[in-house]
Amino acid sequence: MSIITARRISQIFFVLLFVWFCVVASLGERWWQLRGWPVNWLLQLDPFHALGIWLATHTLYKGMLWGVLTLALTFVLGRFFCGWICPFGALQQFMGVLGKHGLKPAQRIARNRPHAGQRVKYWLFLFLLAMAAADLIHFLCSSASHTPLLFWGGLAAAVVGFVVLHVSQWINVRRDVALAAVALLAGGLLLEWMAPQGRWLAASLQTGLLDPIALMHRSVNLVVVPLVDAPLKITSALPRTYPGSFLIGALFLLFLLLSLRMPRFYCRFVCPLGALLGLCSRWSLWRIGQAGDACTHCLRCERDCEGACAPAETIRISECVLCLNCLDRCGHDVMGYHLAPSAAGESDSPDLSRRQVVVSLAAGLMAVPVLRLDGAAGADWNPSVIRPPGALSEEAFLARCIKCGQCMRVCPTNVIHPAGLQSGLEGLWTPMLNFRVGSSGCQHNCVACSFVCSTAALRPISVDERMGRGEFAASGPLRIGMAFVDRGRCLPWAMDTPCIVCQENCPVSPKAIFTRDEFRPVRDGLHLVRAVEGYTLVLQRTALRQDQYATGDYFCRYADGRPRPIVANGDDSLTLGPLPVWSRLPGPGQPIELLIRLQRPYVDPTRCIGCGVCEHECPVQGLRAIRVTAENESRNPYHRLVLA
Amino acid sequence: MPGETPHIAQPSRRAFLRRLTCSLMGALGTGALGLAFWDRRGPLPTVGAQAADPLPDFRLPEKAGQLSIGHGADRGQTLAAAVHALGGMEAFIRPGDRVLLKVNAAFATPPMLGATTHPDLVTHMIRLCLQAGAARVDVTDNPINDPASCFELSGIGPAARRAGARVVLPTEDRFESYSLAGGRLITRWPVLTQPLREADKLIGLAPVKDHHRSGASLTMKNWYGLLGGRRNIFHQQIHAIITELAMLARPTLVILDGTTSMMTNGPTGGSLNDLKETHTMIVGTDPVAVDSIGAGLLGRSVEDLPYLRMAAEAGLGTVEYRSLDPVESG
Repeated sequence: MSIITARRISQIFFVLLFVWFCVVASLGERWWQLRGWPVNWLLQLDPFHALGIWLATHTLYKGMLWGVLTLALTFVLGRFFCGWICPFGALQQFMGVLGKHGLKPAQRIARNRPHAGQRVKYWLFLFLLAMAAADLIHFLCSSASHTPLLFWGGLAAAVVGFVVLHVSQWINVRRDVALAAVALLAGGLLLEWMAPQGRWLAASLQTGLLDPIALMHRSVNLVVVPLVDAPLKITSALPRTYPGSFLIGALFLLFLLLSLRMPRFYCRFVCPLGALLGLCSRWSLWRIGQAGDACTHCLRCERDCEGACAPAETIRISECVLCLNCLDRCGHDVMGYHLAPSAAGESDSPDLSRRQVVVSLAAGLMAVPVLRLDGAAGADWNPSVIRPPGALSEEAFLARCIKCGQCMRVCPTNVIHPAGLQSGLEGLWTPMLNFRVGSSGCQHNCVACSFVCSTAALRPISVDERMGRGEFAASGPLRIGMAFVDRGRCLPWAMDTPCIVCQENCPVSPKAIFTRDEFRPVRDGLHLVRAVEGYTLVLQRTALRQDQYATGDYFCRYADGRPRPIVANGDDSLTLGPLPVWSRLPGPGQPIELLIRLQRPYVDPTRCIGCGVCEHECPVQGLRAIRVTAENESRNPYHRLVLA
Repeated sequence: MPGETPHIAQPSRRAFLRRLTCSLMGALGTGALGLAFWDRRGPLPTVGAQAADPLPDFRLPEKAGQLSIGHGADRGQTLAAAVHALGGMEAFIRPGDRVLLKVNAAFATPPMLGATTHPDLVTHMIRLCLQAGAARVDVTDNPINDPASCFELSGIGPAARRAGARVVLPTEDRFESYSLAGGRLITRWPVLTQPLREADKLIGLAPVKDHHRSGASLTMKNWYGLLGGRRNIFHQQIHAIITELAMLARPTLVILDGTTSMMTNGPTGGSLNDLKETHTMIVGTDPVAVDSIGAGLLGRSVEDLPYLRMAAEAGLGTVEYRSLDPVESG
């Protein structure tokens, strides 16, 4: 079996595995549903997310440890992840193969030549990492005062180690890198000492915007699956809708189409994960390169070079994605994957100038504090941004959410969708709830979204904690918002029409929506009696519709007697029920009044959990007459609405 | 050439070893860092910082239950007379004490509208403290309107500085997450504790004001200005929070300035028509008793202010102020 076949099998395997994870991410107990399938494994294997999370939270949560394995292997083997595992890379490679039909070899070679734009992905990588870095910098610098022994001891050991290794020429530490590290550390310590509560160091995890695995999950789960599965109904019995998914789908399509013109367009120019792996692969033990001097520059190797790394000349090792096409295509047995560097020479670091590095890093470090001045994560928070249950408070949430869309995919009621700019720029494609779409509100006994979140932006909660049972009885149920009745739109409040669907659907017991009865006069409901015949009142000069008042909600009142239900009516008569008994009956010419009995809904703020079922069920379909906003959400004590 | 075995150049040993070192350092370093920072539990629900040390009790046991009531239009004179009747400021301030004056600077309104502690009262209080030998006098509050504007427009800031005191603004670093022992509402709540922890004596200075929610704003309600955060939520249980505030702050002395009382439209007022010259200055060490007298200035009874009974039942003072033999200081 040729090595290319092995690579293709690997790529196909991971693409199929990805598709399988997309299919099974549905709540349920069948073998093709969620159960225990590790649907986040590919996200966890992604070291870019692991690095981002580590910088933004100074922890590495649970399954994100897998990324360490990928990175460690990259140090040894090179960018095998790009060429053999990444499903987005495989998809683009496939598009590139489609796009090469009809092209002459010279044209194929031309589109695989190294391009100056390949350095853009390194800028993006540095920028995104710098946005997340502030928390780790703060953590390390504050540990100088909290755990001084560990900090200064560790620092001394690291410095001594690097100096020894450099002097004995085992490694070569560049002077500018060393100076930059010292400057960063000194600056961080100074800031810590001067202003420990300063706003200079703020971290935001925006790696999910451009990471290929997150992009793939988002695009396929929120755009492709709903389209493909609508007739098949495997993943969902009801068609799924995701307001805000247009941009996601458009970008996905754009990058795939660009790969028709230039193979692996995203990998070469945009992918920050590729940039990370490229930087780490410069010391890999095995590398692609020429052996000996038998190369004839036929450039057959570059016809299908996926990484645009110029294997025929000075190979750019950090761009090589180990597609191994050059090994396969070379007719002179020159290309190989071996311990020695390429005989034709290699450039092992990307083509970045120091200025570009500094600008990218500085821009990232400054971007977040400036963004936070908007207040979207603070005082000017958007109350229509309802986060899923288990979400951390906003700044902690933004330090963890990788915008993978898994929570949106798994939500059984389809109420979670990707935000646009409602929660600010940082919140793009983060999950927010929209109770107008989907099949129901946020189910009271469901914790699927927090279960599936791979980074604990939605921290893992149990059903007991969600519902406030067992050991959580004292703290009560988790709340994601509060329902507010819009009395100007509500049918019983504004339109004299009975309803209370909201109250019926409220899932907590006692209900968070309760009603107070009120009798209201019906429009044109004053009538004069002509005669009384048993339980029937015959009216003067009326033209009523047959049984228009016989729905069970209408009552008749005479003088100061209690209202009696109307059980039937003709065009000029009303038939009343036997009770309550009237002490006096109306005589001819006396007025009676028609009333409608309305149950008017009120929200009990001490019980409402903000689940949104009421909003979903409200028959006022446009702007709902009961709406949930994020006040009183459990995740932020500053948004608390009521005591007790 | 076809048929020839390609000659693989031997890597220079040094270069290869260097690469090997970096590669292994990278791989192992990544693994080590990953494991060192590995977090299997994930973030826990925000519990909040651990409880801070209790605030000091600023009361002087030998001065318990002392009350004096002064009458007159000149705040300096009535204050001096009332304090003199209790033994003078020297009975409360020892030389070298750091004194904290908790004023009402809640609103950015001029002193004549009576919504804030009058700057004349602040001036004379500072002078009395300094004359008694205080090392330092601080003036603080966490206002409702913008803090800097409030201290300036109310005249308290300029008066304090002219008299030789320091204005302590409610900056974020001066609050800590505090839980009141025996409290139900003040649990892990931001409280302006730093100025109190840096003081030896605490004196409250409050105007007499109508308050539509609580019935009256007197010396006990004045401690609301120690709360931070979204404290408006406590209005839902206003009498309970006032009682807890009186547990939180145990002052050396309280001054209830009824020279001009705000009879309606409190606590902001806004018109001279809201005010009445009641010409009374009440000084005492029992805030419940002081407030009980103050209620009368507004034409209210103790029953109209549920927090008075609640505080008395909590052992914070007595509503039977006559039992304390208040001294009329003219």
